[in-house]
Amino acid sequence: MVEALSYLSRFGIKVLHRNKVSSGFPYVASLVLALVVISALFGPWIAPYQATSISLADAMTPPAWLDGGSAAHLLGTDNLGRDILSRIIAGARVSTVVAFYAIVLSGLIGTGLGMAAGYFGGIVDAVISRIIDTQMAVPSIPLAMLFAAVLPPGEAMVIFIIVLSYWTWYARIVRGEVLSLRERDFIALAKVAGVGTPTIFVRHLAPNLLNTLLVLATLQFGSVIVFEAGLSFLGLGIQPPQVSWGGMLSDGRNFIEVAWWLITMPGLAIMAACLASNLLGDWLRDTFDPLRRQVF
Amino acid sequence: MARYITKRALQGLIAIFGALLIVFVAQRLSGDPVALMLPMDASEADFAAMREALGLDKPLLVQFAIFLGNALTGDFGQSYQWNAPAMGLLIDRLPATLELAMAGLFFAVLLAVPLGVFSAVHRGGWVDRSAKIFAMLGQAVPGFWIGLLLILFIAVELQWLPAYGRGTPAHLVLPAIALGWYPVAAMTRTLRSSMLDVLESDYVRMERAIGLPERTIIWRYALRNAAVPLVTMVGVYFANMLGGAFVIEVVFAWPGVGRTVVDAVFARDFPVVQAGVMLSAVVFVVMNLLVDLSYGFIDPRIRRG
Repeated sequence: MVEALSYLSRFGIKVLHRNKVSSGFPYVASLVLALVVISALFGPWIAPYQATSISLADAMTPPAWLDGGSAAHLLGTDNLGRDILSRIIAGARVSTVVAFYAIVLSGLIGTGLGMAAGYFGGIVDAVISRIIDTQMAVPSIPLAMLFAAVLPPGEAMVIFIIVLSYWTWYARIVRGEVLSLRERDFIALAKVAGVGTPTIFVRHLAPNLLNTLLVLATLQFGSVIVFEAGLSFLGLGIQPPQVSWGGMLSDGRNFIEVAWWLITMPGLAIMAACLASNLLGDWLRDTFDPLRRQVF
Repeated sequence: MARYITKRALQGLIAIFGALLIVFVAQRLSGDPVALMLPMDASEADFAAMREALGLDKPLLVQFAIFLGNALTGDFGQSYQWNAPAMGLLIDRLPATLELAMAGLFFAVLLAVPLGVFSAVHRGGWVDRSAKIFAMLGQAVPGFWIGLLLILFIAVELQWLPAYGRGTPAHLVLPAIALGWYPVAAMTRTLRSSMLDVLESDYVRMERAIGLPERTIIWRYALRNAAVPLVTMVGVYFANMLGGAFVIEVVFAWPGVGRTVVDAVFARDFPVVQAGVMLSAVVFVVMNLLVDLSYGFIDPRIRRG
């Protein structure tokens, strides 16, 4: 643990240092992601209103800059007079919590299986690789439908469904990296020196995978948010009264002819979060691995 | 080539078997189907009789064997809602989904090919830069939200096109754009980078040296080779869309496979959900196999190798 922390801090300094040399750190993207995470952590203290408090007198107030808008509701209100800005801040919590658990769990499962497959090879690799192939042969949305039909809806179910389809990404990529890592001298030397397999995994393989995992996790943050929003939009994910961006889109859809802001604002939130995570992920990838830099 | 195809086909079969296993396990998770099928006041004897009729009293392995046997004949049981064979119900909806998938892909290719080629040929130019921004947005903006915005602006505000349902070609336009939205971004970027590789290759330099017009080089020779990865993408997206464009079909009230499965989830109509999952898995595996086969025709080196 201490070693991991010291590695992370050294690694952070390296990134910051490099950042001074190579320009193009995505400040805006990082700011947007920071806003999402801050909203998730401190939402109730920042939001001007309670996300679920109903005020029919204020129903369907347009955003502040339009005729009939008011400074009391910057992004307007919905059909029940609930403040849109407060609901978007509250929705950030669900998105972040689901994305966090989904990414950590699929990362752990995928990394573990991917390392085992790549390191041991043979029958272990064959079995794990077939499981990955099978998982990838079932498109993720129908699979989500299947489990949405049998499991009780809510955050836990959404996380389970996402982990089910996302772990394969980690497993495939980690397997590939370990396949080449295990041929390197430092692993051979560790083996000769009599280092046990668990120690090789944790001390010698894992630190070399950290960059790749961080890039993948950052890139997946946005993709998980979109997936969750889609499920919640269909009514199969997060259930009201819990606030989610997808659920807001679904509510707003019924009033598309009278209140455009109800479907526009939550969509912009999804877009901003996803765009930011993609930009930061791309930047991290380019920083860690300049050779694989995309030719733009 | 034959060995390669056999290997891929075997992998596909294993994948389909795995999908069947997942469906079977999920079915057991769903609780006692008999409780859903019998009236509230049914006696214990009725329950036992029903269980026996459905084969639920047999050991799990035997149940799985029966399930596999039925699945091979496309029998996933009767839909509780419609009282018709579940798979047949979905096959009936397939033409609508096929129509939408083809329109969505047509839109995607129509936009991605010129965008990708221009971006590569005029690298760093305004088309390239706009296409890059467009691609970034394309990956970050969910297609179903684009669908909602299209309904808002094109159907509600401007009243140019209908927003919901299926019928005339006009009904097809908005859902096709929403469905093709994501592939456009991915295809443009892929085509651009493979085009850049091809344009630097020896034979393009050769063609330039013998004085072929640039237009012929690009559109006739370079594009043909650069398009190979695009064919894979078209296949994969088509497979995904055929399994049902779930959220897009719901947004536009499109009467396809995806919307039927979503409705079935809400109605706890499990046979239809199962049939839907298996339909997408089979379509996905078969399409991927076809894409692999098509390589042999596009690139003779693979056929010989």
